[in-house]
Amino acid sequence: MVALAETEASSLRIQQVSKSFPAPEDPLTRRPALSNISFSVAAGELVSLIGPSGCGKSTLLRLLAGLDFADAGELLIGSEPISDPSAERGLVFQDPNLFPWLTVRRNIQAGLVARGVLREKREEVNEFMRLVGLGSFANAYPHHLSGGMAQRVALARALINHPKVLLLDEPLGALDAFTRMRMQDEVLRLWQARRTTMLLVTHDIDEAIYMSDHIMIMTPRPGRIDRTISVALDRPRQRSSPDFLRLRGDILEFIHFAGNASTENKS
Amino acid sequence: MLQGEEVTGCPEVSRPAPPSHLTSGQTQPESDAIHAVAPASKLRWRTQLAVPIAALLALGVHLLFSKRVPPVETHSYTLLFWEILGVSIVLAIAQPFWTSLRRWMRHMCPIFTAAILLLGVWDVITLGFQLLPLPYFPGPAAVLRSLINDRALLLDSTWHSLVLLLSGYTLGVIAGLISGICIGWSTPVRYWGMPVLKVVGPIPATAWIPLAMVVSPSAIVSAAGLIALAVWFPVTMLTASGISNTRASYLDVARTLGAGRGYLIFRVAIPAAIPNIFIGLFMGLGASFLTLVVAESIGVKSGLGWYVSWAQGWAEYGKVFAALVIMAAFFSTLMTLLFKVRDRVLVWQKGVIKW
Ligand SMILES: Nc1ncnc2c1ncn2[C@@H]1O[C@H](COP(=O)(O)OP(=O)(O)OP(=O)(O)O)[C@@H](O)[C@H]1O
Ligand SMILES: [Mg+2]
Repeated sequence: MVALAETEASSLRIQQVSKSFPAPEDPLTRRPALSNISFSVAAGELVSLIGPSGCGKSTLLRLLAGLDFADAGELLIGSEPISDPSAERGLVFQDPNLFPWLTVRRNIQAGLVARGVLREKREEVNEFMRLVGLGSFANAYPHHLSGGMAQRVALARALINHPKVLLLDEPLGALDAFTRMRMQDEVLRLWQARRTTMLLVTHDIDEAIYMSDHIMIMTPRPGRIDRTISVALDRPRQRSSPDFLRLRGDILEFIHFAGNASTENKS
Repeated sequence: MLQGEEVTGCPEVSRPAPPSHLTSGQTQPESDAIHAVAPASKLRWRTQLAVPIAALLALGVHLLFSKRVPPVETHSYTLLFWEILGVSIVLAIAQPFWTSLRRWMRHMCPIFTAAILLLGVWDVITLGFQLLPLPYFPGPAAVLRSLINDRALLLDSTWHSLVLLLSGYTLGVIAGLISGICIGWSTPVRYWGMPVLKVVGPIPATAWIPLAMVVSPSAIVSAAGLIALAVWFPVTMLTASGISNTRASYLDVARTLGAGRGYLIFRVAIPAAIPNIFIGLFMGLGASFLTLVVAESIGVKSGLGWYVSWAQGWAEYGKVFAALVIMAAFFSTLMTLLFKVRDRVLVWQKGVIKW
């Protein structure tokens, strides 16, 4: 029962959240980036967020991480309002943002150092370095890495803290197809082993279907959640099964429609 | 655990070889240097002979002109050239068997040649045709003689200068780092500190000399204080700007990893500011040389600055130049040391910026 209560504490609830930014052309007016967003992610669920560029996906993740504040609305983790960043809510940024002055190994262990637990958990550093397949680059500096390698280091850096909620902003975007599929399985394995709540931003519809329990589709200007689709396929999923492909077709059709609608609105 | 193709096992047990492009980066300067035309294994005759020929030339010029001076005065100078000649011949014989020596010679021969020729030109201008007024511009032989004859006092002066410079510089750097970090990090400190910095900082430290002499009991202490002040300003300025220009995304990443304020300041902001801080350290070092020499020639009764004005008082310009030579060597050694420290600390920048 205690364990259940603990996992419940990692659910996310977003209610009527809006966020606007000063418009670049006229700093006195504000332009909405998110408007009236509401959704919830149950503890231990993996939910994907897809949508066109600029619709506010990264903004939403920053709010959930506690790096920015919403203009209106409520963001809750469990029953606690989100106010500050915390190691409980890991965020993998769209850019790897590795610390250039630290080697790969030291980048990965940064979270342990920050929380002062490096001594107890030193073995995990090796484990995560193997996980992302960068063992031989332990002592290289970030600018020696390719884009995909850097993103894998960023992923390991966030995972090493064992966050209750993991917010992923296109973490696999720069990877080649093979590594990407391998990392998808790896993330799924971690997700199942730890019952981490995950919110995954992606541009890849296959990835969204392959990985998530639900897919939320966002539309831009201002960012809203247009539709939530539940993926009722058994795991492990087959990327070429008829059900998979049918769902893929549905989502593509929907996005195409939504895209047309938004361009019509604009004109 | 899923094993990737790049997995090489536990790095704690077997230290992996550095990535190949890391090691190839170190040999690169050799391969694409200007000398790439010559086979890497051999030194060209031109390079090998440049130094001895230049030495012979300078020596010949000197012997030609030094007939009217007593031989005592030029003895050590001629000896110097015989030594250069001897050493360069020995090195030329040794270099086929010693790769790193060869690399060093390839790099250094042109610059040595130029330096020796410059000595010759100086000799011609001063001793040869006496184009510059005496006794203000002695020839290189006279300077070398002063250098050798007065070595005890020069060494002592250098030591005093070193102690004074290092104590002032260290003090200034510590103060500058502390104030720079506070101003860069904290908004209220910046609000109150920045105006003070902007008003007081640009005053040259030497302008405070009259005041410093009154305030402090000992000239040495006030000189150290002035040097510290001269160093403090650029170090503070650049540290503060480095800290406040830390990329927000680095701080964001650290905060989502659970970092507290200590980590954000000492493990994110300061490392991010290190390139800037080093610029401040270099500027501070330059300012400290200036302040040192001025303070020594005005108030302090020791050190190279004092030696110069003392020798000038006796119209011994050979000694003045000797002290200048020592100063040049002394200051450039300190600069080089700081460069070495920077290269060490900022290895991670290698490849990010033009090195
Ligand atoms: N700090 C900021 N200041 C001003 N405007 C911002 C800021 N951050 C985001 N925006 C605006 O908010 C909107 C949403 O940006 P966001 O980065 O969330 O998009 P996104 O969905 O992540 O896009 P992409 O898929 O390209 O990453 C954009 O129109 C952007 O211009
Ligand atoms: Mg984004």
